[in-house]
Amino acid sequence: MRRVVITGSGTINPLGHSVPETYEAMREGRCGIGELDIRDVERLSIRIGGQVKGYNPDQRFNRQQQALYDRFTQFTLIAAEEAIAQSGLEFSGHVAAESGVVLGTSGGGLNTQDENYRAVYEEGKNRVHPFIVPKLMNNSAASHVSMNYNLKGPSFTVATACASSNHAMGQAFWLIRSGAATAIVTGGSESMLCFGGVKAWEGLRVMSRDACRPFSANRNGMVQGEGAGIFVFEEFEHAKARGAGILAEVVGFSMTSDAADIVMPSQHGATRAILGALKDARIGAEKVGYINAHGTGTAANDKTECAAVSKVFGRHADEVMISSTKSMHGHLIGGTGAVELLACLMALNDGIIAPTIGYEEPDPECSLDVVPNEAREAKVSHVLSNAFAFGGQNAVLALRTL
Amino acid sequence: MSGVKERVIEIIAEQAVLEPSDVSLDQSLADLGVDSMGLVEAIFSIEESFDIQVPFNANEPEKSDFDISSVATVVATVEKLVAEQAG
Repeated sequence: MRRVVITGSGTINPLGHSVPETYEAMREGRCGIGELDIRDVERLSIRIGGQVKGYNPDQRFNRQQQALYDRFTQFTLIAAEEAIAQSGLEFSGHVAAESGVVLGTSGGGLNTQDENYRAVYEEGKNRVHPFIVPKLMNNSAASHVSMNYNLKGPSFTVATACASSNHAMGQAFWLIRSGAATAIVTGGSESMLCFGGVKAWEGLRVMSRDACRPFSANRNGMVQGEGAGIFVFEEFEHAKARGAGILAEVVGFSMTSDAADIVMPSQHGATRAILGALKDARIGAEKVGYINAHGTGTAANDKTECAAVSKVFGRHADEVMISSTKSMHGHLIGGTGAVELLACLMALNDGIIAPTIGYEEPDPECSLDVVPNEAREAKVSHVLSNAFAFGGQNAVLALRTL
Repeated sequence: MSGVKERVIEIIAEQAVLEPSDVSLDQSLADLGVDSMGLVEAIFSIEESFDIQVPFNANEPEKSDFDISSVATVVATVEKLVAEQAG
């Protein structure tokens, strides 16, 4: 069976505009969540979020590009540039033909929809810009990566709400492992922090008004974030032959469905997904040193996730570290698994475990080592990244050092 | 505060898929078969019907100020909110 490695990583998210900036923030346990700065925020009851700050699209993209690139596409292209540069891969000839793009997103061009619905409904305009459709479509980010880097193999977008990125990276892993591709640019992006996007989430009444405190007894809900995480997944022999730097090996992936409830998570579905990833990786739970949790900061997720991890890990549950970096960058929905994979790479390569910040009170139903508030030095060889989506769609990845 | 009780019962009955006459004040929402999603929908209907804000976090319903232990407590809370938020 062909092996799959990660040879590039890139990001822009509430913690930083690059991977090194993000690692620094995670090491320091910095919080990227703050007051939302968006139009009509005074009509929202939820006014915090993990916004990408200090970002001016005019400095990255010209007017013609901005006419075609929604904010989620802009984030994708910025992160892809960093990841592909790090990988050193040049996409030409047969490598281009055998390489593609598989990305996750949930809302796609939601900002574009929001702005243009506002124009036609609120402002009564009868005309919108001609590129609204290619700008808002969910696959536009994947298409622009393919176009900008000459990736001519399989390209598509995966939408499984909060698990989109993990499902996307799992597909990338399987495409390469099966021989269908040599390299895939993968990960995900999200930009839902607009009036309509936040208003919709408000309606569900699971949002916190002050902070995201996963696993802490006094948690009171989730906080939305935005941004992108992009990686280059590459067939191992191909990467080795060209002397590429290898960040990690992707060794396992599993998808399960709860087949139960559209919003309430199931412990059984989560348990089966974690077990499936371990089985696919052919490793025992005792090998795993760190789990990047889904850890949304809602009671429903955190209790279910801890119960699932306890069930799978048994007596090893007390030894594994599990943290939720959503406490720092918020929930990036369809892009969240990609940004969270960075915490996994940091654990494997730098021996630093990103903390769960905002942790104030122990919860007996979440009695695992959640790496509270401060990053920790620890050597780990195998890690998992969990994602459990609304709709009961679960996806867990397993990585190891090489 | 005429009509509040009747309208709240109508809203709860709609979520429970019952006739309003089948809903009694001492029943809990769980007794009536209203699950967490039905509850959130009922609260939305209450807010829209009375033009009020209901303090309720689905993440920890037991800690909310909105008492959902029975139909009677829901009615009483809504009456209080209507009185407080009137005008």
